[in-house]
Amino acid sequence: MQPFLFDRADSVTEALRAAPDATVVAGGTNLVDYMRLGVVSPKHLVDINGLSQETAALGRITLDHQGLRLGALVRMAEAEDHPGIRARYPVLADSLALAASRQIRTMASLGGNLLQRTRCEYFREASWPCNKRRPGSGCAALDGLNRQHAVLGTSDACIATYPGDMAQALLVLDAQVELTGPRGVRLVPVAKVHRQPGTTPYLETTLAPDELITALVVPASPWSWRSRYVKVRDRRSYAFALASAAVALDLESGRVKQARIALGGVATVPWRAEAAEAALVGKPLDEGAARVAADAAFAGARTRAHNAFKVPLGQEVLVQALLQAGALQPPPPTSRNGVTHA
Amino acid sequence: MGAPVARIDGRLKVTGQARYPADTPLHNLAHAVMVTSTIARGRIRSLDTTAAAAVPGVLLVLTRDRAQGQLTAPKFGTGGSTSIQPLNEERIWHDGQMLAIVVAETQEAAQEAADLVAVTYDHDTPSAGFDTSGVEIVAGAGASPMYPEDPKAGDFDTAFKAAPVVLDATYNTAAQHHNPMELFSTTAEWNNGRLTVYEPSQFVAGWRAQLAKQLDMDAANIRVVSEYIGGAFGSKGPMTPRTAAVALAAKLVQRPVRCVCTRAQGYTTATFRAETRQRIRMGAGRDGKIRAFSHEGWELTSRPDDYVVGGTETTARLYAYGAVHTKVQLVKADRNTPGYMRSPPETPYVFGLECAMDEMAEKLGLDPVEFRRVNDTQADPVSGKRYTSRSLMRCYDEAAAAFGWQRRLDAGVWKTGAMRDGDWLVGLGCATAVYPTQVAPCAARVRLTADGKALVQTAAHEIGTGVRTVAAQTAAQALGLSVEDVTVEMGDSALPAGPVAGGSVSTASVCSAVLKACGGIRDKLYRAATINSGPPATPESFTLRDGMAVLDSGRSAPLSALFQKLGTTQLEDYAEFAPEGSAPGAVEQLRQGNPGIMGGAKGPVLMYAFGAEFVEVRVHARTGEIRVPRMVGAFAAGRIMNPRTARSQLLGGMIWGLGAALHEMTEIDPRRARTVNRDLQDYLVPVNADVEGVEVILVPETDTEVNPAGVKGLGELGNVGTSSAIASAIYHATGRRLRDIPMRLDKLLQLQQT
Ligand SMILES: Cc1cc2nc3c(=O)[nH]c(=O)nc-3n(C[C@H](O)[C@H](O)[C@H](O)COP(=O)(O)OP(=O)(O)OC[C@H]3O[C@@H](n4cnc5c(N)ncnc54)[C@H](O)[C@@H]3O)c2cc1C
Ligand code: SF4
Repeated sequence: MQPFLFDRADSVTEALRAAPDATVVAGGTNLVDYMRLGVVSPKHLVDINGLSQETAALGRITLDHQGLRLGALVRMAEAEDHPGIRARYPVLADSLALAASRQIRTMASLGGNLLQRTRCEYFREASWPCNKRRPGSGCAALDGLNRQHAVLGTSDACIATYPGDMAQALLVLDAQVELTGPRGVRLVPVAKVHRQPGTTPYLETTLAPDELITALVVPASPWSWRSRYVKVRDRRSYAFALASAAVALDLESGRVKQARIALGGVATVPWRAEAAEAALVGKPLDEGAARVAADAAFAGARTRAHNAFKVPLGQEVLVQALLQAGALQPPPPTSRNGVTHA
Repeated sequence: MGAPVARIDGRLKVTGQARYPADTPLHNLAHAVMVTSTIARGRIRSLDTTAAAAVPGVLLVLTRDRAQGQLTAPKFGTGGSTSIQPLNEERIWHDGQMLAIVVAETQEAAQEAADLVAVTYDHDTPSAGFDTSGVEIVAGAGASPMYPEDPKAGDFDTAFKAAPVVLDATYNTAAQHHNPMELFSTTAEWNNGRLTVYEPSQFVAGWRAQLAKQLDMDAANIRVVSEYIGGAFGSKGPMTPRTAAVALAAKLVQRPVRCVCTRAQGYTTATFRAETRQRIRMGAGRDGKIRAFSHEGWELTSRPDDYVVGGTETTARLYAYGAVHTKVQLVKADRNTPGYMRSPPETPYVFGLECAMDEMAEKLGLDPVEFRRVNDTQADPVSGKRYTSRSLMRCYDEAAAAFGWQRRLDAGVWKTGAMRDGDWLVGLGCATAVYPTQVAPCAARVRLTADGKALVQTAAHEIGTGVRTVAAQTAAQALGLSVEDVTVEMGDSALPAGPVAGGSVSTASVCSAVLKACGGIRDKLYRAATINSGPPATPESFTLRDGMAVLDSGRSAPLSALFQKLGTTQLEDYAEFAPEGSAPGAVEQLRQGNPGIMGGAKGPVLMYAFGAEFVEVRVHARTGEIRVPRMVGAFAAGRIMNPRTARSQLLGGMIWGLGAALHEMTEIDPRRARTVNRDLQDYLVPVNADVEGVEVILVPETDTEVNPAGVKGLGELGNVGTSSAIASAIYHATGRRLRDIPMRLDKLLQLQQT
């Protein structure tokens, strides 16, 4: 760990002024950890936690007939506990509840969660070659221990898994990210935030260096209640996904009208499985249809020495998520926070 | 059985008041950070400290150049974790080897400077382990004084060839690290040529002796203090080279110095449990009697040091096998030297054996419990020596009843995949737990004051097992006091010499010494009581009870009256206990750092504690996820001094076994021989959600032969056998044999694919 400058920003403008050369820190559960490990050594750190005082919206959850707005500084635990989110967007509440530990979720912000960096072991120890950490140095994972690594969206330069859970839930809810920068505010679909490694694994997102995430915006949808997050890991709690699936289904008399499917733990970015979605449309939701979708989801998988199991595992996880979502019952018409269900 | 007294230091620990060695407040303390290698084999070409030394606040960068001639390399196997002192070395023997120690005014400055030490290397291609080229294989027998020969009996080859039912299988156990919650640390302070080291240690007497040799000084001028220890499990048993190096650093900067290792550094600068590979061949008659047993083990060790696990020492004697063949081989690779970790030999080797027992029972179509019964023995098949006591089948019977083993028998004992609950396949399994009963020399001082309070002093170690509490109970009972009236001081080499906290010797050794010292005090009180009163009806009828001395039914006197008679306010006794058969001067030897552990299979009789563990697993039919909703263990370990702390040790052991079965593994990159998972995010241990029902049954057993306290140590018994019980249950659930631990879902999925 090397010395760095530490500032607290009291306003978004102030944070943005520092932003191009500074790194913002929210909960710090990812960034500070990686600073200690010597993975990143920012020269200037700007703490944005004070912003939720100036701009209350950054720390607030708003749920109404238009949908859900989550300030970037809302803590994972706050969103996970919210009764309206649990009722109307169960996939989101579950993806949070199944992540990390309650202690970490109490610190960690939603903005930071979306931007958390890979857990690739070779990335996290600074002395290994790693194209993501040190461009052009090579990838130690390609022919190393790669049990955790991705099978979808990989390149010859990097096979690191995107580790988070919430992003998959946001994908199946058609969520957008609100970005604020010196040029104003823009909304970007969650699907457009992360970049596959290609030949430039060190470029991870489409955010400009001077942009902040200020909110996550989830539209209202009549079928978002029929959504589910299934996560399989090496132990029952407090571990990253080996494979996970977020699904949201619009069913009409047992047949799939629309489906949203996203996969976690198996891909380099939060992975929307559009081919699998298409395979389901018009079909009755049964095991057979779910399997066809699962095959489609992994059709392009490329495995390495130790991660081939992620293909059958990811398929099983997806089948489960689909069947479980299909069996869900709608929530009572009024949720506890008084918002009428659309 | 003793009383289930709560830990006397429990409140201190859970309220943060217990002072661990790195908490010791010291005036003018400087902070140290280690610099470690990023290659596993080669030489240091250059080590540039210019930038590091320029960091404001840096006091010293201790490298090979500065250390020259001031540190004597340790000897392996005599209390040192390795034979190398890295600060004397140009050679890199393993990943994460200590290269330098940076000392600064603050932790931050030391850390910053440590990152700036620029090292270049001449690389050699390292060998990572079993399956990489360049390893050297040597015989285990004779490589260590602890393992003189491979146990053998009869003609295995002939018996195996003739056996109608045979098994030949290979098992693998993973490398594991102890990961005690408390990080490794050394704090060294000099005072007029006298050195005090505060460091979590399982053997302060031994470390003092080690430090004297490595720093070339008189042991009388060294004190090692380790009052509380935040978990050790063997990792803080042998002293690592850091301790002497930090002491040297403190000498050079003329200030107290503290070095707290990072979690990652703990993986390479201390010891670990290395991986093993085992081949078992077993032949049996149709009657279920084993006629031939061969257990071969390959154990990984480092290039410079021959660490021998040698679990065949126990497995060769566990059942009535007929002919026995064993062979241990060491596979030397470019890794740091392994060492003791909770039941070092038994955990890996009994995993292999008990998995094989399950497989053989299936070949024979026998209930696995009955298969053990058919081959139960009260004598060692190798030497013919008898076990002092062995309640293995009683443990099986009690655990089986409590667990509901009958469920499996009713479903057809070898019908796999038959018990299903929705998507979950249910399986039941069992295995034997076994651990040698050992005891070591120990000295203790006990002081009783006229106000009815006692002080117990011994340089033994409270590593979390509850031995401090048990020592207090022992003294309280012997002196007729309540536990609250007894204070226990431990973990300081200035106290009477205590045993290494290893081999599960502490309770038996400490209690034997404390009993002896209390006996001395009792004798003095007895003489006082009989002044003007005449002797009691029988010598035995003199007892100390509730602060009174009872001569016999009619006569008793308060302790204070006896002290008055003696004209003193305190009585003290120092006692030395040495196990039967010890060489003369065993306690003096202990002071020199020789633990003198006796028992197990070493003496004229076999001393072992036994248990039986039953587990239920649920395996997800689609994903291969493995869960363990229930574990029941029954254990017989002689006299139980405190059922509460005993239960906690066994329960913790079984949970540890669950972790070994399903989670734990140190991953070594095969190309670079470097540890890849070096923190508790990647190195998985069970969390609360993984542990559901765990039940411990203490089976009564009396054994007056093992030691004066009648105690069989049980700190390392609970985790032996657990992983094989889980493997057996997984097989019952799925029909798939997993022969390697950890058993993770990818292994099941792989089997499903084929
Ligand atoms: C042991 C462990 C286990 C974990 N397990 C899981 C798990 O199972 N599932 C899971 O999903 N996560 C898991 N996590 C990750 C955890 O969820 C993230 O660390 C956390 O969500 C990050 O949030 P934060 O606020 O602490 O981010 P920080 O650490 O503060 O920041 C993370 C990154 O985001 C940037 N950033 C933060 N806020 C903004 C913003 N508003 N605008 C722009 N950039 C921003 C920072 O600059 C930094 O690069 C685990 C973490 C640990 C340590
Ligand atoms: S997979 Fe990516 S992050 Fe991991 S070592 Fe390779 S380049 Fe680095």
